[in-house]
Amino acid sequence: MTAPTLLIRDLHLGFKTYGGLVEVLHGISLHIGQGERVALVGESGSGKSVTARLVIGLLQMMRGARVSGLLQFEGRNLEKLSAAERHALRGTRMSMIFQDPTSSLNPIYTVGAQFQEVLRRAAPAIDRAAAMEKAARLLDEVLIPDPARVLASYPFQLSGGMNQRVMIAMALANEPSLLIADEPGTALDVTVQAQTLRLMRDVVERHGTSVLFISHNLGVVREFADRVYVIYKGRIVEQARTADLFENPRHPYTQALMRAIPRVTGGGLPEIEEESERFLEPLVVHEGCGEPGGMA
Amino acid sequence: MRRTLAILAGNPLSALGVLLIALVVLSAIFADFIAPFPEHRGAVVDFVNFNKPPEWPYIFGTDLVGRDLFSRILYAYRISLILGVVVLAVAVPIGVTVGLVAGYFGGWTEAILMRITDVFLSIPPLVLAMSMMGLLEPTLTNGMLAVTAMWWPWYTRLVYNLTRAEKEEGYVLAAEVIGASKAHIIFREILPNCVPSILTKMTLDLGFVILIASSLSFLGLGVQPPTPDLGSMVAEGAKYLPDSWWLTVFPGLAILVAVFGFNLLGDALREIFGVDQ
Repeated sequence: MTAPTLLIRDLHLGFKTYGGLVEVLHGISLHIGQGERVALVGESGSGKSVTARLVIGLLQMMRGARVSGLLQFEGRNLEKLSAAERHALRGTRMSMIFQDPTSSLNPIYTVGAQFQEVLRRAAPAIDRAAAMEKAARLLDEVLIPDPARVLASYPFQLSGGMNQRVMIAMALANEPSLLIADEPGTALDVTVQAQTLRLMRDVVERHGTSVLFISHNLGVVREFADRVYVIYKGRIVEQARTADLFENPRHPYTQALMRAIPRVTGGGLPEIEEESERFLEPLVVHEGCGEPGGMA
Repeated sequence: MRRTLAILAGNPLSALGVLLIALVVLSAIFADFIAPFPEHRGAVVDFVNFNKPPEWPYIFGTDLVGRDLFSRILYAYRISLILGVVVLAVAVPIGVTVGLVAGYFGGWTEAILMRITDVFLSIPPLVLAMSMMGLLEPTLTNGMLAVTAMWWPWYTRLVYNLTRAEKEEGYVLAAEVIGASKAHIIFREILPNCVPSILTKMTLDLGFVILIASSLSFLGLGVQPPTPDLGSMVAEGAKYLPDSWWLTVFPGLAILVAVFGFNLLGDALREIFGVDQ
């Protein structure tokens, strides 16, 4: 069996503050197979985004961050790589998409210029004409109607949905094997979000890219992911195939998350317990919920 | 470009600023051709025509040794502009770099750099410049040095604040994620977004640098005679007020025109770039 694209075992993260060490992740384990789309779902502050930033290697650079556990990317232990080797992976083998596509693009450069920067990461010698040609092809793939015009535009001249597609095209430009999507499109309205997510799913499928999809929106996750991890208070509390999770949520917290979704059909906002005894008591993961082979 | 012209047309004050600065700059550049008595910029003595009120061919009158004031003002503009440009050309890169580094790295780097900046800011600028000039020889170069020393911290402040805000923008994070170097992020991602504010401030400051330099030479600490300088011309003439009023009024007006012009131009740029301060 080939090594999974991403393997995380018993990952702990703490921040040193004046008040002592605050632990944020209490031993997370997950894996993403080749070409698999995996979602990490949880509420604000549950540790979703820090996990993503650990994988990409941004948090380790922060003073005061204490990380332990195994982070393995394509069979290589990320913590054992030199800074230069890690740096070489970013933007080439792994890339990331953020919440707000418009602010993720620098307003003073054209989309084309920024595309060229991205392509230079993998091919430093690429000339402008070749870069533009490749960029146009990539934009075409994310169904942008007039790539040449978009490449000559500044990000603020494009709509949020357009920028999101540009971001997807850029993130996949260097054929990464892992794409981390940190709540992509949360800043967009729902119809555009649905469209771009469908598009993103098709594109990553075609490229065979593995995706770590971070979201708090179960509806979106259901449409996008093959498998779901539910994270709560820095612990993975449940792991299941998407269909199974929605069919039969086992952990009380997952059940509460499902109930918390407001219904379009009305009936008011659901009442949910802020934090029941039942979610906390088993911060040890419920039986059968955890990562296979993980340490809970 | 069309928008720029529209803003200038819609705001007569901005247009006036452009006009005044064009006047000042052109007269400094073409002083040799415009000045009726180009040789009067140096140590020339003409006792026949000394201390004359404005009359042809001395449209601004003559000074106490018979030199044409109009010619001297044109050459003084040249010195003032050179001084302003040189001071900003040195102070801005220093101030901007310190501000970018402090703002981007934060932590100890920020604490140390910004406290040093605060030390410079806490000394009254004229006192700092005066003590530097007192210690060193009062020459044009040292004048520039003194003004530069008091000028860079303002750019550090400005750029530091801008950097703190820009650093939180998504594109900085995105650049970090794709593995851009720190130098790339600071100079290629953040700096260009600060340029409009820096340029606006530079334009406003050109006027103030001229004013400060004039204050220094008014006190006898700047450009030395016989080189013409607006500040020392005012100082010299002040002794003979109100009888020889032209000795003070015309150099004073010249300072006013330059400072006022740069201020208006700065406001115009602010509007064109959409910078709010």
